[in-house]
Amino acid sequence: MGEPFIHLAGVQKAYRAQGVPLLAISEATFEVEAGELVSLVGPSGCGKTTLLKVLAGLHPVDSGKVKIGSPAQPFDPSRDIGMVFQQPLLLKWRRIIDNVLLPAEILGLPMAQSRDRARDLLALVGLKGKEKMYPYELSGGMQQRAAIARALIHDPKLILMDEPFGALDALTREKMNLELLRIWQEAKKTVVFVTHGITEAVFLGTRVIVLTAGPARMADNFRVELPHPRTLEMKTGEAFGDYTRRIYRLLGME
Amino acid sequence: MALGPRFRGDERMELPQLAPTTRLSYDAREVVELREAALGRHPQALQRYALAVLSHIGLVAAWYLFVKFGEVPKFVMPSPYDTVHALLVPNYRWPENIAVTTVEIFAGYILAVVFGIGAALLFSWFRWFEMAVMPLLVSLNMIPKVALGPLIIVWFKYGIGPNAMMAFAICFFPIVLTTARGLREVEPDLLDLVHTLRGSRWQLFTKIQLPGALPYVFSGMKVAAILAVAGAIVGEFLGSDRGLGYLMLQVQVTLDTAAMFMAVILITLIGVVLYGLVLALERALVPRDARLA
Repeated sequence: MGEPFIHLAGVQKAYRAQGVPLLAISEATFEVEAGELVSLVGPSGCGKTTLLKVLAGLHPVDSGKVKIGSPAQPFDPSRDIGMVFQQPLLLKWRRIIDNVLLPAEILGLPMAQSRDRARDLLALVGLKGKEKMYPYELSGGMQQRAAIARALIHDPKLILMDEPFGALDALTREKMNLELLRIWQEAKKTVVFVTHGITEAVFLGTRVIVLTAGPARMADNFRVELPHPRTLEMKTGEAFGDYTRRIYRLLGME
Repeated sequence: MALGPRFRGDERMELPQLAPTTRLSYDAREVVELREAALGRHPQALQRYALAVLSHIGLVAAWYLFVKFGEVPKFVMPSPYDTVHALLVPNYRWPENIAVTTVEIFAGYILAVVFGIGAALLFSWFRWFEMAVMPLLVSLNMIPKVALGPLIIVWFKYGIGPNAMMAFAICFFPIVLTTARGLREVEPDLLDLVHTLRGSRWQLFTKIQLPGALPYVFSGMKVAAILAVAGAIVGEFLGSDRGLGYLMLQVQVTLDTAAMFMAVILITLIGVVLYGLVLALERALVPRDARLA
């Protein structure tokens, strides 16, 4: 396989909290192949959201190198990032389809085509027939589906997800995990998925990167050799347990 | 091929390990039915309006009965009939006085909306302007606007203009303050979303900031609508030669309480019309869930 799609080397990033520098990321080094779904897992405050914002180009790094894109997959930072946050953050005054269209409007994409694409995407995320509804008419899980469709509307190569299912109840979360895997396989995107859910990280990821807090650092980076499509039964299997135990151990919980 | 459960379409699913009767989700209509079963039926819109109209009629009826059987002198409390009858006195020039007061209220109010929203926009566009002017506005807001009345008369004489200015002075601040607050309330993550797309400041403003601020704007405008009426009337009390407030002072001398009652009712009605227009505008521009209470 040629060049990796994402290449991070020795990335360091500090914050200043009331004058005191606080290390958010110390030495993040990893690579992501195009089409992978990488889970970034770790406790709160381990700098995983900061890392995601570095990838999104929202934060400059203090040192180290961030390179996204390869000759096979050129990367345009303004068009090739789709973001999904913990909250759906749909605009209350816009109908679902118009919420999905927001990035297309900002980028100035042709609207008629984008509208068709938005309809297809809403069908893809399981919201067919809800196009004309307002966000408040949808459940939390449905709103998050719409947010995923919004992240896909401009056909970005990289989807960055920051604990997107963290605010959902446990059952909806399981369901959304399956949905995300299906969408990921159909849309063929590279996904970086931040979570503090260890099972979620293993279940979703083709690879898992483990971050530990205080001092914030990368603790592990391994491939998850479970076949696709993943099923809920896999969670009870031996291999799955090995992976989750490996993470629990790193986070000092065993 | 071992396929996992595929859930498409609606938000329902049944996990294999759950009993088939266990419901995980309900659609909206079912939720409404369940709630009605628990809390009793929600009154229909028509019933609600009927009840509101009834309570108003009830108040007038109580007023009528109180005057009729309470043996209250007419100059203390006129009956509803006397009150309406006051409209027939040509000397009181009702149409002109209504028009004058209406113009004062609406002119002051519209000016306050235009300048209030304008100032809030400048605050949001120019940080230094906000830092310089906002504290000043907060201080000026502490002035009891009524106390400015005599000054306004000294500076501008009396009449429709100065009274509109009084209405303006009193309802300008709530509009600035709530609009500025609304423009400030942008979810940081939404900012990030726009930034990753390299959206311009103008796009951020027109697509997110301004529509997001509208509920706040209307909340300020509703408060201001009530204040504008008070401002114009206070202006007329302090100095004027026309308007419903002026008329009230005139008939006070002759103890025509019925005319005073009528004037108060008409002033209230002007306020109700203004408030209703603002409410209608809000309904047209802001979808239900985005409105502030």
